[in-house]
Amino acid sequence: MLDAIAFYTLAALILAFAIAVITARNPVHSVVFLVINFLAVAIVYIVLGAEFLAMIQVLVYAGGIVVLYLFVVMLVNLKRGPEAHQDPRRQTGAGVGLAVAVLAELTAILAYTGRNPLPAVVPAASARGPGGNTEQLGWLLYTTYLIPFEVASMLLLVAMIGAIVLARKVD
Amino acid sequence: MHFTPITPYHYLLLSAALFSVGVIGVMVRRNIIILFMSIELMFNAVNINLVAFAALYRHEVGQAFAVFVIAVAAAEAAVGLGIILAFYRNKETLNIDEMNLMKG
Repeated sequence: MLDAIAFYTLAALILAFAIAVITARNPVHSVVFLVINFLAVAIVYIVLGAEFLAMIQVLVYAGGIVVLYLFVVMLVNLKRGPEAHQDPRRQTGAGVGLAVAVLAELTAILAYTGRNPLPAVVPAASARGPGGNTEQLGWLLYTTYLIPFEVASMLLLVAMIGAIVLARKVD
Repeated sequence: MHFTPITPYHYLLLSAALFSVGVIGVMVRRNIIILFMSIELMFNAVNINLVAFAALYRHEVGQAFAVFVIAVAAAEAAVGLGIILAFYRNKETLNIDEMNLMKG
């Protein structure tokens, strides 16, 4: 009962702010809606028992990536609206149709697989074995997934260097 | 009032809807910053999917993958926004309909 109310509230929040992100005229408003969307997703992670991921979501997404977006929105000072010019060959209707087709396909797959019922999602506390979520996740990341973890750190290093090189002023 | 219990299917449906909103954003908008935000929405949809399956199978592997998705999203945002800045310095626009240097 309580988890159903929580889920539907969060789902409505997430979808409403996602739609607000893609419909807002002003990019700064879009960024603010994106922050609220990310925070709602973080609460979904907590409901699903992924506390560490919720923390990372708040720190990296709502704290880091969104600030990056805000900086870029403020750095580019547009004299005319970014959407002023539209390519006459642009097929907006076909794009929306394709996206709706994607949603219909995914829903059809879910409806097909949904015939064999799954157990209800267990609340966070009772799902856990010994050790907290962070301990278990850290154990996985540093043993089984050590090499992907190192590759990810290398990717971040390369991305950092690449971003510095790209954003540098060329003289 | 009676609700059916929340199964992973509910979360998968939420994730599918969020992903579709992201796809619509990429297809419809012309401001490239909003396009990048739509891509972040799609990353979040994928992460909800992974975490829902992690909760279903009561194992943290799905969450480990979500951590990698977040790392890749951070790298993508940094490099992508760098490209946006470099492009803006050359062409003074953020409209993807005017980004036709390669005649695509």
